[in-house]
Amino acid sequence: MSAFNAIGEDREIDRDEFTPGVEPQPTWCPGCGDFGVLKALKQALPELGLTPDEVLTVTGIGCSGKLNSYLDTYGFHTIHGRSLPVARAAKLANDGLEVIAAGGDGDGYGIGGNHFIHTARENHDMTYIVFNNEVFGLTKGQTSPTSPKGHKSKTQPHGSAKSPLRPLSTSLNAGATYVARTAAVNPNQAKEIIKEAIEHDGFAHVDFLTQCPTWNKDARQYVPYVDVQESEDYDFDVHDRREAAEMMFETESALYEGTVLTGRYYVNEDRPSYQEEKRALGDVPDEPLAERYFDDDYEWERSYDLLERHK
Amino acid sequence: MSDDELIWRIAGGSGDGIDSTSQNFAKALMRSGLDVFTHRHYPSRIRGGHTYVEIRAADHEVQSRGDGYNFLLALGDSFARNPQEDAFYGNEEIKPLSENLDELREGGVIVYDEGLLSEEDVADLDLEERAEENGWHVYPMDLRSLAREHGREVMRNTAGVGATAALLEMDLEHIEDLMEDAMGGEILEANLEILHEAYETVRDEYDFTHDLRAPEGEHEEEQALLSGSNAIAYGAIDAGCRFIAGYPMTPWTDVFTILSQNFPDMGGIAEQVEDEIAAAALALGASHAGAKAMSGSSGGGFALMSEPLGLAEMTETPLVLVEAMRAGPSTGMPTKPEQGDLEHVLYTSQGDSSRVVFAPGNVAEAYDQTRMAFHVAYEYQIPVIVIYDQKLSGENTNVDVSFFDREPEPTLGSTLTEEELREAAHDASGKFQRFQHDVEDGVSPRSLPGQKDGRYLATGNEHSPVGHISEDPDNRVYQMERRLEKLEAIREELDEEHDSQQTYFGDETADFGIVTWGSSQGAVEEAVARLNEQGHSVKGVGVSDMMPFPEAEMTEFVESVDEVMVVEMNATAQFRGLMQKELGRYGEKLSSLLKYNGEPFEPAEIVEGYELNVDGADEEPTAQVRIEPAAGD
Ligand SMILES: Cc1ncc(C[n+]2csc(CCOP(=O)(O)OP(=O)(O)O)c2C)c(N)n1
Ligand code: SF4
Ligand SMILES: [Mg+2]
Repeated sequence: MSAFNAIGEDREIDRDEFTPGVEPQPTWCPGCGDFGVLKALKQALPELGLTPDEVLTVTGIGCSGKLNSYLDTYGFHTIHGRSLPVARAAKLANDGLEVIAAGGDGDGYGIGGNHFIHTARENHDMTYIVFNNEVFGLTKGQTSPTSPKGHKSKTQPHGSAKSPLRPLSTSLNAGATYVARTAAVNPNQAKEIIKEAIEHDGFAHVDFLTQCPTWNKDARQYVPYVDVQESEDYDFDVHDRREAAEMMFETESALYEGTVLTGRYYVNEDRPSYQEEKRALGDVPDEPLAERYFDDDYEWERSYDLLERHK
Repeated sequence: MSDDELIWRIAGGSGDGIDSTSQNFAKALMRSGLDVFTHRHYPSRIRGGHTYVEIRAADHEVQSRGDGYNFLLALGDSFARNPQEDAFYGNEEIKPLSENLDELREGGVIVYDEGLLSEEDVADLDLEERAEENGWHVYPMDLRSLAREHGREVMRNTAGVGATAALLEMDLEHIEDLMEDAMGGEILEANLEILHEAYETVRDEYDFTHDLRAPEGEHEEEQALLSGSNAIAYGAIDAGCRFIAGYPMTPWTDVFTILSQNFPDMGGIAEQVEDEIAAAALALGASHAGAKAMSGSSGGGFALMSEPLGLAEMTETPLVLVEAMRAGPSTGMPTKPEQGDLEHVLYTSQGDSSRVVFAPGNVAEAYDQTRMAFHVAYEYQIPVIVIYDQKLSGENTNVDVSFFDREPEPTLGSTLTEEELREAAHDASGKFQRFQHDVEDGVSPRSLPGQKDGRYLATGNEHSPVGHISEDPDNRVYQMERRLEKLEAIREELDEEHDSQQTYFGDETADFGIVTWGSSQGAVEEAVARLNEQGHSVKGVGVSDMMPFPEAEMTEFVESVDEVMVVEMNATAQFRGLMQKELGRYGEKLSSLLKYNGEPFEPAEIVEGYELNVDGADEEPTAQVRIEPAAGD
C-alpha cells in the first residue's frame, strides 16, 4: 500500500482545483507574460489527468517564482537560482511525483546557470520552465543574461556590452532531451508544449517567452510569432541533433532581429533518464525511497552489521 | 606520562602506504587486548611530503594523542627519490627520520631503513650523539633489500612491522591474521615471508638495549576500530538516513565517501553534485519529499551552503549537515585541524538563526550525536549541524562492538501519515495548515508531496499558516516566535529526556575548572586526570551542545569553581565568547588557552597552560599556545 495516495489517482479533475482559495488573483502587472505560463499549466495539468496533490512545483525567486503562489499544487518556493537541485532531489526521493521546476531567465540562466547545465546533463525526469522576459523583473529591470546586446538599464546605462546567452543551444549541449520555446502570446502552442514536456521521460526544458511590459519598454510582445513546425519556411528534424542545433542557433539570433520563432527544437526519446541510468547501476531503489519510511515491515539495515571490517 | 604505554610512530612519504599499515598495526594491538588511539599527520599533497601516523596503545582507556612518543619506525620517503623531481623534493628522503626526532621521548626506540637512507645523510644528523644524550636505542635495518628479496620494495612497511614486533616482543598472530584478511595469493605469501624474516632477523641478530615492550591488556568484549568519520556515517545509517548529496572537500570527504559506498547496498541514494549550494539544496529537496537526508562540507563548502541552510530554517524542512573544520581562513591549511568555524556554523545565513549545533568530543559521541541530530531535525523540523574537525575525522579508536547493537530510528518525526492528515487542521477553504500558530513546542506537523489533501507552499518568504506569502505584522511575530520556541523545546528535551551530551571529568569538588568543546575533549580529559594525580584539584567538561546552549549545566559548572580556563583550537576564543554571550556574565572568571598552529593539543600543553594560568601568569608558555587572560585580569 502506498503512503502517497494522490499519486496515480484516477478521478475527474476540475480546472479550478488548481486555483488557490487564498489568493486566486495573481499580483503580476497587467499584461505580464507570466499569466500565460500559469494559464497553460492550469490547462495542461488536468488534461494530463494530474491532480494537484501529485504535482510538486518548485520555483526560484523573481516575479516568475511566484508561480506556485497562484498554482495550487504542492509547492516549494526556494531561493534565487536553486529550484533545480531542490526539484531533482525530490524526484529522486519519490519518483511518483510530477516535478515541475520554474523560474526566471536571471534565476535559471544566470545565478543558477551551473545547476541548469548539470541538471540537463544528468537528464533528470522533470520539466523546467524558464520565464524568459530578457530582464530582471522583480528587482526592477536590470539587464539579464538574455537581454539583447546594447540593452540599456539602470545598471548598464551605456547599454550591455555582452551578447545574450543562447538558452536552447546551451540546453542541447548540456544534455537536455526535450527542448522547446514557446511564448505567452501563443496560448495553444504553449499548452501543448507544456503537456509534451511533462510527459517526456527526461529533462524537458521550455524556454517560455514572457513579455515584461513594465521593464522591457521596447515593448517586446513577441508578436508576430512563427511556429517552426507549422511554417513552410522551416524544415528540420527535431530528432536530429545537428539539425536541431542549427535551428536553435537561427532561432536565438532571429529573436534579436525581431523575428520570434517558437516550437519544438529537440526531442530525444532514446536516452534513458537519470533515474533509469542510476537504477540500472543499482544506485536507486526500485520502490521510491519516500515510501520506505511508512513501511512497518521494512528491515532497516544497521551499522552493527557493518562492523566486521573494523574488528 | 605513563610507562605502560606504547606510542608507535610510523613515518614515511605520503603515498607510501603508511595509512593502511598503521591501520592494521592498530587493529593488531587492539586485538591483543589494548585500547588504541591514532593520530594522523599529513601534508596536503598526494605524493611525497613527510607524513606519519601515531598509534598510542595502553592497557587502559586512551582518548588523546600522548605527549611525544616512544617508538619511531622511519621508513624514509620513497617518493623523494625521483631525480627528475629533485627541484621539488630536494633531500626529503631523510625527513621521516630527521623531522621526528624532536618529539621522541627519552629512552625511545628508533628503527630506520638503512636501505633507503644513505649513510652520509644519517651521519649528518648526529644521530649517535643525540641518541646518547637522550638514551635512545637505534636499530638500523635494511628493510628495502629485505622487501625486495622476497617480494617488492613497497613491502618494506611489512618488514618494518616485523622488526617492530620483534623489538616489542609481540606475538605475530594478530598481525598475520590481519594480513590474511586483507590480501591473498602471492602477495600475501611474500608479505608473510617478509614479516617473518624481519622478525627473526631482529630477534636473533640484534642486541636489545631498550626496556620498552608492548603493554599487555585484555578487553571484556569484542572491539571495533573506528574513526570519527565512520562514527558519523554509522550514526546516520542507524538514524535511517538514506540520502546524501555532496561535493568533495577535505576532511568532510571521508563521511561522504563512506556513505556513498554503503548506500547502494541499502537502497539509499548518494549524489555527487556540481557544488555545495546544490548539495545542500538536494538534501533539502529530498527531505521535503520525505527522505531522511543529509549533506555536509568543510569550511569553504559550508560557506556556499549558507543560503539553503537559511531556507531550511524558514521552511522548517528537516536537514542534517555536517561541517568538518580545517584550519582557515579561506583554503587555510587543508589537512590541519582547527576549531575555527564555530561562529561560522552558528550564525551564517541571513536573519536570526534558528538551528541546532552539536560538537561531539570523541568517536562514540560522534555516533550518538549524529543520531540525535536526525532525531531533533525530523522531530522539530529544523536544520541540525554536527561540527567536528580534521582531528576527530581521522582519528581511530576502539569502541565496544555492543555499543552499536541498537535499534535503528528511521522515523520521520513530526510528519503526518495520510490518515493523520485527514484529521489535521485545515482552514476554511479546506487547505492544510502547515504552519499553524498555536502548537505544542512550536512544532506544526508537516505533510509530504503526493499525500492526499496535504498540499501547501513551502517558501523562504515569511508566510501564513497555509504557507502563503505574508507580510502581516501579527503573523510575522507569531511565526518568528514559534520557530524560535522550538529551540527552547529542544533544550528541554535534551535536559529532561536524555543523558547530557556534555562530558564531565576530574575532581568534582575542585575549584578550578577547564572547559573545552568538540574534539579537544580527549586531551583535556587526560590533562585533568594528570593534574589531579599531581595533587592539584581540577575538574573539566567537554561541551557538545553549542546551540541550544546548555545554560543550566554550564551555569552550574561555572558557579561551582573560582576560575575557568577554556581550551580550544582557534585564535579568537570563539567558544569562550559563546559562553559569555549565552550566560550573560562571568567575563572575569573565564580565561582561554588557545592553539592554532595546525596541530591538536597534547595533554602536557594543557597541564602547562594550567600551571601558567594559576601561578605563572608572566611566564611565556613553551608550547605554541596562547593564554588569553580573563577580562579584568
Ligand atoms: C542570492 C540573491 N541575489 C539576488 C537576489 C535579488 N533578486 C531577486 S529576483 C532577481 C532577478 C529576477 O530576475 P529573473 O530571474 O529573470 O526573474 P523575473 O523577475 O524576471 O521573473 C534578483 C536579482 C536574491 N533574491 N537572491
Ligand atoms: S515586472 Fe515584468 S515580469 Fe514582473 S510582474 Fe511586472 S510585467 Fe511581469
Ligand atoms: Mg526575468
